[in-house]
Amino acid sequence: MKEDCFDVAVIGAGVSGAAIARKLSLYRLKVTLIEKCEDVSFGVSKANSGIIHAGFHHKPATLKSRLEIEGNLMFEKFQQELQFPFKRVGILVAAFSYEEMKTVEKLYQQGIENNVPLIEICNRERLLELEPKLNSDVSGGLYAPTGGIIEPYRYVFALVESAMKNGVKLFTDFKVIRAGYSGGQYTITSAKGRSLKAKYVINAGGLYADEISSLFKAEKYKIFPRKGEEYLLERNSSGFPNHVIFPVPIKNSKGTLVIPTVEGTMMIGPTAEEIKDKEDVATTPENLEKVFSLAMKMIPSISKREIITSFAGLRPAMEGNDFYIDISKKASHFIQVAGIQSPGLTASPAIAEYVKDLLKKDGLKLVEKRDYDPFLKGAMVVRGRTPEEADKLIKKDSAYGNIVCRCENVSEAEVTEAIEKGHTTMDGIKFYTRAGMGKCQGGFCTYKILHLINQKAGISINKITKRGGRSTIVYDTLSDKNIK
Amino acid sequence: MLEKKVNAVVIGGGSAGMAAALSIAEKGYQVAIIEREDTLGGILLQCIHNGFGLQEFKQELTGPEYAQRFEDFVHKNRKINIFLETTAVDITQNDNGTRVVNTYSKKHGVILFSADAVVLAMGCRERNRGNIAIAGTRPAGIFTAGLAQRLLNIDGFIPGKKVVIIGSGDIGLIMARRLTWVGTEVLGVVEIQPFPSGLTRNIVQCLNDFSIPLYLNHVVSRIYGKERVTKVRITPITQDGKIDEKKSFQIACDTILLSVGLIPDMELAKNAGVRINHDTNGPYVNADLMTSQEGIFACGNALHVHDIVDYVTEEARRCGSYVHDYIQGGRVKKQGNVIPGANIKYILPNHYVTHRNNRLYCRPMIVKNNAELFIKINKKFVLQKKLRHIQPSEMISIDLEKDVFKNIQKDQNHTLEVSIR
Ligand SMILES: Cc1cc2nc3c(=O)[nH]c(=O)nc-3n(C[C@H](O)[C@H](O)[C@H](O)COP(=O)(O)OP(=O)(O)OC[C@H]3O[C@@H](n4cnc5c(N)ncnc54)[C@H](O)[C@@H]3O)c2cc1C
Ligand SMILES: Cc1cc2nc3c(=O)[nH]c(=O)nc-3n(C[C@H](O)[C@H](O)[C@H](O)COP(=O)(O)OP(=O)(O)OC[C@H]3O[C@@H](n4cnc5c(N)ncnc54)[C@H](O)[C@@H]3O)c2cc1C
Repeated sequence: MKEDCFDVAVIGAGVSGAAIARKLSLYRLKVTLIEKCEDVSFGVSKANSGIIHAGFHHKPATLKSRLEIEGNLMFEKFQQELQFPFKRVGILVAAFSYEEMKTVEKLYQQGIENNVPLIEICNRERLLELEPKLNSDVSGGLYAPTGGIIEPYRYVFALVESAMKNGVKLFTDFKVIRAGYSGGQYTITSAKGRSLKAKYVINAGGLYADEISSLFKAEKYKIFPRKGEEYLLERNSSGFPNHVIFPVPIKNSKGTLVIPTVEGTMMIGPTAEEIKDKEDVATTPENLEKVFSLAMKMIPSISKREIITSFAGLRPAMEGNDFYIDISKKASHFIQVAGIQSPGLTASPAIAEYVKDLLKKDGLKLVEKRDYDPFLKGAMVVRGRTPEEADKLIKKDSAYGNIVCRCENVSEAEVTEAIEKGHTTMDGIKFYTRAGMGKCQGGFCTYKILHLINQKAGISINKITKRGGRSTIVYDTLSDKNIK
Repeated sequence: MLEKKVNAVVIGGGSAGMAAALSIAEKGYQVAIIEREDTLGGILLQCIHNGFGLQEFKQELTGPEYAQRFEDFVHKNRKINIFLETTAVDITQNDNGTRVVNTYSKKHGVILFSADAVVLAMGCRERNRGNIAIAGTRPAGIFTAGLAQRLLNIDGFIPGKKVVIIGSGDIGLIMARRLTWVGTEVLGVVEIQPFPSGLTRNIVQCLNDFSIPLYLNHVVSRIYGKERVTKVRITPITQDGKIDEKKSFQIACDTILLSVGLIPDMELAKNAGVRINHDTNGPYVNADLMTSQEGIFACGNALHVHDIVDYVTEEARRCGSYVHDYIQGGRVKKQGNVIPGANIKYILPNHYVTHRNNRLYCRPMIVKNNAELFIKINKKFVLQKKLRHIQPSEMISIDLEKDVFKNIQKDQNHTLEVSIR
């Protein structure tokens, strides 16, 4: 079998790998993006707070602080090109005592040193004017108008789609388990026995970057998962704020936040807990209580009644708590992109630039393509349209008139588009279209989506999964053999 | 874009929507039924067991049979226009006060219906895992019982091989039997309360007859499994309501069904400004089943969750006659408040009138034999009724003849309280 041979292989299709792959698609290079899961953005990048941080939380000397600021400023351009949901709603830090106001002043100083634009310290009145739902006991706080919110998975999907449009080859269900180097090339082999060759390798493996590093005989280090539980609340929640609301941070954590999402739902979280198992995304009732009491201290009108669901994500932390992005000193042409915990999402556009520069430094020739097209059309959606617009859309394609997900008003046409773009798991479709993300959590649309996947992708019903592997939805279809 | 003018729009073509539409149309008004699916019938279509229609038809029918009878009436009625595969997405108001229902239809594109009255008959949705916050992972294999019922009875998909059911609601019980019949092992039903929340008849016929264990005073305290469910941890609750961790045990299974209650589907109504009643999660309604928004009415599971379809039909039919009066220009006169008293979870409607009979529906919070129901107006007893057996899963209906109000001062504010002892 002839193996595909690439100039660069990016391992890991989370936000880091996706942003890097897209950046590299600008150049005359053969690039591949490799992902162990059934779909992209199924790692850390799917379960987080979705905040584009303003850049006042971290010390100026750290790499993450620098990339955070640079990344933040690139989001307008990225959104214009890629059409993902993003809004610069601004960030507030709410202080509830004299001591906390002291910390706010420090954050402000740090923000100024980091060159955070437009940052200001607010007194009580100013803060309450900005955010009337805040607890009126608030002492004052910080306002950073450049902070924002995104739909993280939709951002990653768009990055990958754009990369592919410009020639990047994506392999999903490709878990790298072996790597060898000879003749200036790596041979990379997957758990299912597929293999490919690449001259340069980028390790953007998130929680598993340490294991990938060992596979390639590069640096030895350890990734420590730090769990964060989050709670999703319904649309039109009573406590829905205008800005992202932070408490005053303590030690290594930014604390429990109240986050409006671009789609009008609301999140509260995350917690921060060191754990051992890199797959442990379980949630607990104790943390539910904790998160709600912290959030309700800031916005008292938040109500537990409005919870839709909960989830947990794991931050891939490293010793030193900074990003580790560098050319390997042990393995040739191997770039480490590890320890990408928060603000990884925010920094991603800048991480991609940084990695491109490292590749150049490591001898890769970068020549821009003539036919590079940075623009995507963006998924067409029927929700939120005026009746006239919706009518036009439905007349063009009647499938827009068939609402599959009633909580989020997602049409058959949107689900079909997701399937045609290769998202054939229930979670992939959920993240791409929002079908199943609303109040009923799939109670009404699961069967419709199963049928659509079956029809459009030809996958038999009992092989359709939630998120790949053995996560099948139904066990079997009814036939005479089952009737007792 | 189509614009249509009718007297009334009924959103939802389940048993409530059909009965309401029939009753409005019988009086000669033009009605449009908006239904998102490709047939009328609603949730009844997946209830292939029998037990429907004992009051309405004095016969024991299956869900689809019950639905069929109404469908036939609806199809025959020339005042009713049916719009299938059409979803209502928004309710707004014209400058002149008429309501506009914005719908998406596969066949016609957008249709804007303007009408004097709108009936909310969208049914309910199931409470899910997020609503009861069970700890643990989020693997495949977790279904609400109604979804599992739909998958099995309509689509012909078997959800799993080994099932644990959380909650002892009727749908869960019926699914325990149904799954056993297709060769799925049902390993137990776990109920947090000391009593089952489903009907006794279903406990006997769906669990006992198949030797399926019922764990009362137990909770599923954790779900395990990364890809698909692998097991659950079950923990008893002590008498003082605490979790008894030490007595926890585990059951290996690949599927979990949740039968933990239903909630009226109110998103559309909320966006239209309809005030929600936290006791029912449906809308507040006056004595004429009109919500806080002028001209918007509600009935069936969209108003509150019913256990028996015959009651849905009764309520919807009555709703239709109120809508008819409303279109004719009738407005509810002075109303009294209706409030739940001791041991009552909720009572509907939220108001009553004194110039005609009133039917009230309420749900008790307790299980009891030989209970007594008391009705007070402005703290004075007006009616007392014996009830042979009550339990939360069985709705109680109360008919108040207008004679009861004989001695009430018509110009005064009055409050009617219903309680159970
Ligand atoms: C609770 C929480 C909240 C957060 N909130 C924010 C926030 O508000 N703002 C912000 O900026 N950041 C936030 N972050 C951080 C942000 O989510 C991460 O920094 C970012 O998602 C990391 O992306 P990544 O691409 O590096 O890792 P991942 O998304 O994990 O991508 C790595 C990919 O590599 C794949 N992979 C692993 N091993 C292999 C292998 N052997 N072969 C092939 N593929 C492999 C994985 O499947 C995965 O898809 C948060 C994180 C958490 C946990
Ligand atoms: C699973 C289950 C089992 C039951 N078992 C029994 C039993 O054994 N015996 C008994 O007597 N009763 C039983 N009941 C109770 C009774 O059958 C139901 O309460 C009754 O059928 C509900 O009728 P409905 O019209 O209010 O709601 P539904 O039947 O749910 O109808 C609502 C309709 O509205 C449509 N709709 C919703 N939103 C929109 C929108 N935006 N636009 C257009 N259309 C919309 C839906 O598609 C649906 O067709 C059961 C109920 C359930 C849920």
